[in-house]
Amino acid sequence: MNQHQEPQFIAWLPFFTLLQKEIRRFLRVASQTLVTPVITASLYLFIFGATLGERISVLEGFSYAQFVIPGLILMGVINNSFSNVASSLFMSRYLGNIVDLLVTPVTPTQFIMAYTLAAMLRGLAVGLVVWLISCLFATLPWAHPLAAIAMACLASFLFAQFGIIAAIHADNFDSLSMYTNFIILPLIYLGGVFYPISILPPLWARLSHLNPLFYLIDGFRYALLGVGDLPFQVSFGVASVMALILFCWAASLIARSYRLRN
Amino acid sequence: MTPPALAIQNLSKTYDGTIAVNNISFSIELGEIFGLLGPNGAGKSTTINMIAGVSRIGSGSIKIFGFDNQSDSRTTRRLVGVMHQEIVIDNFFTIDQALRFHAGYYGVRDDAAWRQRLIDRLGLKPHLHKVMIKLSGGMKRRFMIAKALIHKPRLLILDEPTAGVDVELRHTLWEFVREINQQGTTILLTTHYLEEAEQMCDRIAIMNHGDVIALESTSTLLKELGTRSMLVHLQAPIKELPDNLCCQAVELDDSGTTLRLTLSASQSTGELLKHLCDINLPIADIETRKAGLEEIFLQMTKAGKAKP
Repeated sequence: MNQHQEPQFIAWLPFFTLLQKEIRRFLRVASQTLVTPVITASLYLFIFGATLGERISVLEGFSYAQFVIPGLILMGVINNSFSNVASSLFMSRYLGNIVDLLVTPVTPTQFIMAYTLAAMLRGLAVGLVVWLISCLFATLPWAHPLAAIAMACLASFLFAQFGIIAAIHADNFDSLSMYTNFIILPLIYLGGVFYPISILPPLWARLSHLNPLFYLIDGFRYALLGVGDLPFQVSFGVASVMALILFCWAASLIARSYRLRN
Repeated sequence: MTPPALAIQNLSKTYDGTIAVNNISFSIELGEIFGLLGPNGAGKSTTINMIAGVSRIGSGSIKIFGFDNQSDSRTTRRLVGVMHQEIVIDNFFTIDQALRFHAGYYGVRDDAAWRQRLIDRLGLKPHLHKVMIKLSGGMKRRFMIAKALIHKPRLLILDEPTAGVDVELRHTLWEFVREINQQGTTILLTTHYLEEAEQMCDRIAIMNHGDVIALESTSTLLKELGTRSMLVHLQAPIKELPDNLCCQAVELDDSGTTLRLTLSASQSTGELLKHLCDINLPIADIETRKAGLEEIFLQMTKAGKAKP
């Protein structure tokens, strides 16, 4: 305990430890964090791939299952990236064990990076499994594989930042679930997961362009199928700007320890 | 010159217009065991939270081993270990996993020998692989002590570590605190068990309503502020209190056969006895008792007495 025995400080160890802890946290309850979202996505795949899908055609040259799979993959990525960081950080605030981090030399940068990376890993893991299961129903052409990976990473990053913001602003479990029920779900469903925006009446189509999820879903679909409502550069560009804005917002909250320190 | 383990200068904190800590200053020397005492709401935990970095400083400064805990917070946090008053645990993990994580948060590689020593000394071994939610309250407290020490801090802060714990854990804890103190760790502790503070602390600060109202070595505090009480049992009851007893306080019990006299620290017991004999009190027996920290604490916090 005296100075001669003082342990050596390793600057990035706090980050790796927090990342490891966050990953182990969601793996420990894998039935909730990984299996449940995959089952939900599989049900959608079954309904739209094996039953109703055969009677619906929205995009020339592709089955309805092929059309809907990119949106379902991204829905898994988005929901799980968001809920991983939102639930973990909010629970830490709610139960008070956030002080365990506040008294340590974990920096704001390390804090955001660890929570974001863990959330991205969970989101991307769910997305990967949903894609593997989707192979039972339809094969995707993977027109631009690197673009698809970039868009999935961007979507998970963006919603990890949104999860941090929600976890900090939420006062209780109800207000946290409002972010999912009243913001994320409507945006996903109205963002073109189940239909192309181009088939909507002009007013609704224009309104859909205000939905940030539309750019993520359309860009991801373009990368997988080679067809989209917008050029990939536009979708990716708009999504990148949104991710940057949310990152700056989340970083500002963490750097100021907003609602974390008294 | 070696800086003190902790130097607090003009520290203040206000919550919603209420002053929680009011311009306090004190320092803790290297290797000291320092007690911070006070009734609930005195500002002890707020002070500790500002030292540990859980709360922002209102105004003033805190230096830990010479490093400013605002501008050099990364260094100061490595040097401090905190056991919070409230039970703070992560129910997802076992004791073993959580201890390894905590070493990592502090940027310290897991030292298996030190971890094992903490586990053994605090009796955590039988529960090492249980998740936190399955531990008893006492075991959670033991874990929190181990957690505060896992990165080998130079200043250990214990905020009411024995609140609600059994006698065995108290003994284990104080024995261990003395041991690590002898090995060079400076200790800052708050406790409601004043007997413990009397036995453990080299110096004591008493806080009340956000102010430090006393700051002395424990022995000086007991010597200067300590009172003694004398019980005088009489052979026959008396109806009225005798005049001119020259004591801080005099009480007569309902039966009229026992007088309780409170003497100041400087008052001579011999002179008082002589006076009692001179006024022909029918004395049957006498008991004397020295006031402990508890009585001093109550006197000071009730009176709100300020002492520089």
